[in-house]
Amino acid sequence: MPEQLLFAMEVTLNGLMAGVLYALVALGFVLIFKASGVFNYAQGVLALFAALTLVGLQQGQIPFAHLINAVFGTELHAFGWQLPSLVAIVLTAVVMIGLAILIERLVLRHLVNQEPIILFMATIGLAYFLEGFGDVMWGADVKTLDVGLPQGISETIDEVTFNWFGYGFFIDRLDIFATVIAALLVISLTLFSQFSKQGRALRAVADDHQAALSVGISLRFIWVLVWSIAGFVALVAGIMWGAKMGVQFSLSLIALKALPVLMLGGFTSIPGAIVGGLIIGVGEKLFEFSIGPLVGGATENWFAYVLALVFLVFRPQGLFGERIIERV
Amino acid sequence: MKDSFEPFVTADGRTIGGVLMEMRNITLRFGGVEAIRDISFDIRDGEIRAIIGPNGAGKSSMLNVISGFYHPQEGEVWYRGERRAPMRPFEVARLGIARTFQNIALFEGMSVLDNIMTGRLTLMQTGIWHQALWWGRAQAEEVAHRAQVEKIIDFLEIQHIRKTPVGSLPYGLKKRVELARALAAEPKLLLLDEPMAGMNVEEKEDMSRFILDVNDEFGTTIVLIEHDMGVVMDLSDRVVVMDYGRKIGDGTPDEVRANPEVIDAYLGVAHD
Amino acid sequence: MIYREAGDFKTTYVADSQTFPIRFDRWGYFALLAVAVGVVPFVINDYWANAIFVPFLIYAIAALGLNILTGYAGQLSLGTGGFMAVGAYATYKLMTAFPEVSIFIHILLAGGVTALVGVLFGLPSLRIKGFYLAVATLAAQFFLVWLFNKVPWFYNYSASGQISAPERTIFGIPVTGANTSAWAQYFVCLAFVLLLAWVARNLTRGAIGRQWMAIRDMDIAAEIIGVNPLRAKLTAFAVSSFFIGVAGALFFAVYLGAAEVGEAFGIQKSFLVLFMVIIGGLGSVFGSFAGAAFLVLLPVFLKNLLVGGLGWPTDLAAHIELMIVGALIVIFLIAEPHGLARLWRVAKQKLRLWPFPH
Repeated sequence: MPEQLLFAMEVTLNGLMAGVLYALVALGFVLIFKASGVFNYAQGVLALFAALTLVGLQQGQIPFAHLINAVFGTELHAFGWQLPSLVAIVLTAVVMIGLAILIERLVLRHLVNQEPIILFMATIGLAYFLEGFGDVMWGADVKTLDVGLPQGISETIDEVTFNWFGYGFFIDRLDIFATVIAALLVISLTLFSQFSKQGRALRAVADDHQAALSVGISLRFIWVLVWSIAGFVALVAGIMWGAKMGVQFSLSLIALKALPVLMLGGFTSIPGAIVGGLIIGVGEKLFEFSIGPLVGGATENWFAYVLALVFLVFRPQGLFGERIIERV
Repeated sequence: MKDSFEPFVTADGRTIGGVLMEMRNITLRFGGVEAIRDISFDIRDGEIRAIIGPNGAGKSSMLNVISGFYHPQEGEVWYRGERRAPMRPFEVARLGIARTFQNIALFEGMSVLDNIMTGRLTLMQTGIWHQALWWGRAQAEEVAHRAQVEKIIDFLEIQHIRKTPVGSLPYGLKKRVELARALAAEPKLLLLDEPMAGMNVEEKEDMSRFILDVNDEFGTTIVLIEHDMGVVMDLSDRVVVMDYGRKIGDGTPDEVRANPEVIDAYLGVAHD
Repeated sequence: MIYREAGDFKTTYVADSQTFPIRFDRWGYFALLAVAVGVVPFVINDYWANAIFVPFLIYAIAALGLNILTGYAGQLSLGTGGFMAVGAYATYKLMTAFPEVSIFIHILLAGGVTALVGVLFGLPSLRIKGFYLAVATLAAQFFLVWLFNKVPWFYNYSASGQISAPERTIFGIPVTGANTSAWAQYFVCLAFVLLLAWVARNLTRGAIGRQWMAIRDMDIAAEIIGVNPLRAKLTAFAVSSFFIGVAGALFFAVYLGAAEVGEAFGIQKSFLVLFMVIIGGLGSVFGSFAGAAFLVLLPVFLKNLLVGGLGWPTDLAAHIELMIVGALIVIFLIAEPHGLARLWRVAKQKLRLWPFPH
């Protein structure tokens, strides 16, 4: 096979992997949107915060060390202990659930009947707040996230593909792992949403808050549940992305990238988030690979958005979104 | 009621002219559902025409076809003797057709006065550059239109709420403001979608009086959808009855009341 | 007692629709204007100009522009940074290509260019609404920043990729470049603010303003009563982009002097102006000013308090600022979604009755 084609295939595979990671973040969005009609701009920052907390707990950092030092003139940094990864992950998950409860109590409860645009802007405010809060709590320097996930180029794949095609594919083990995890998450979430009692309640709430209330569904419980799940998804996304590129501010910009994913897939569809993520992941990489060199590169900064934009003009509700029929 | 399409004068002194608008074989589908099935009727200039029928009969859809919001898959709409090409709703508004809505569609972020002034938009001419400068043409036009709007405010007796944000008004007053907004456009044809819905007897009497006055003073042709039979029989010159998307009656209130199909479908078993 | 409208009746529609119907307000406004034009230029120094007044004036213009698009016409835009960049780069190209023409003209032309770009990126608004439109504007934001970074023609092939404003004068007084004095910077921006605020007021109280608000509140009903949605939305994009382009031009030429597109006009700028509009009050000219003032003063205040007063490190202060801004957004949206403008109006309402409670 010609080398260019093989190279393109490798780019495509990497694109698919990246797409899976995008889909992971998009999933969190879809869940919250389905259940509460809120487009949670803060999802990316939740992933960042989860990653920061994980690293902080793992390395025994003292929370708010920087602030305490500034106020009291002390020089504290770490407790001195280290937690095993699994323990840290579990603790972080607990923190994320606690955060979900706080968000529901302090923010969501007060915005129940507002228009979607107000809710969206509130989540922007929330995102800014959490970002500053995460920085104050754990420090804004770049951290490496190491929870023992497989890293590095997979030698097996390299060998196998070399034997098949005469050209070894460089696929990162971490990406493979992330794909598997993401796939598991998607399947379990879809099953949950379709078949469990809570899942059904979730869909009822997504449809009509008032009606759901009137059949006895506790809105608050559903919201805490949904934001907790979204928080957990954020944690997984945070771990994957954090292991890939380090825990830093740009992690929260992933949220912005998830927007075109949602545009393509439709805001209310879980499979849509997956398909959208894959399309964007592959599309970005292929575009940069083919057209990028002609225009100076770095097209990944905007390609996803322009693609989504063009797509939306022809199909405003996305691939799987519900068709909006306007009635007067 | 005469059968020919010559203008004539009714018993209470109003003039009813020739055919203003005609619906010819209108069929409207949403996916597999036929909301309107092959309906034809006409609307005469200066009359009050009621469209009645059980819920889901397709009455609001018919009104939406008239306003150009829905486009029928089959059939034609004729207006003032010419076939009306499929056009966007705002172009229909410019032809002199105004309406109110079943669930109030006022602009909640604006005051009553501003809402009614939006009704004047089809009559406003000043371009944006003049508006940016305000003094001169734009201001003069604003004042002129304000004067007209004030007449309608007087007519509907809502002076006391003109600066109130619409969102805080009670239901009955909102309906009146919506009527004012529709009237502000000085329409040839006024479509009212359940103008009496949710009103008590007094409010209904007020609204009926307004509707009759509009028809009397301004000569506006009125098409109204209404469920209150008493109102329909008292106000309208002619009635169209719809059921499951078909037309099952068309004539004067008395003729329609006696029609057995209408009785079966809608009025229920007659008791005395 | 002082602040009242008793006895202040309007006898013409013209009088009824004026901007400051209460006499006290009107005098207050003229007094403020007199101070702004007649006093401040004589006492202003470099620090006050650069830290407070000039950014306030420039952001007020940008906030006015975004408020027209998002607050009045209801089209959410996250592309403000990118459009400011268009204004800046257009000004740069015009300044370097036609050095004899007055910078005042260049800035207005740059606004015009931005208006055209705004209309282009506003075209999708006819098919796309709400959040989806926000994504379209994000496409504009990221694409424009990338464009000004990658295509060397925009920065005249300079090696650094930066653009810097050559010195230009108005009536012989330098307003751009290193020799500009604080009061000249201030005055130029003030002139644009007065002009554009007047235009904004006129447009929002007239027919087009009502069309915008109708589209915002219920676009289907608006179309049925005769609003042409295409015209109304594209006009909103055009006017809004003009304002934002002028703000970007002033930001680059008068305030910064030199700019790199990613830092100066990135997505954080879009959010900053959006926050100004939210906190100040959507759909309010006064709110645009209030929000701009608030978000320009807040970091200065915090820095003076935390770093200067308490001796905390600057990065900590910056993080705390993020928390405070974020929290304020949420608080305002919960407690007073119409922002400072509404709070101000409520305060004035109480003042009208003072000293009586109701």
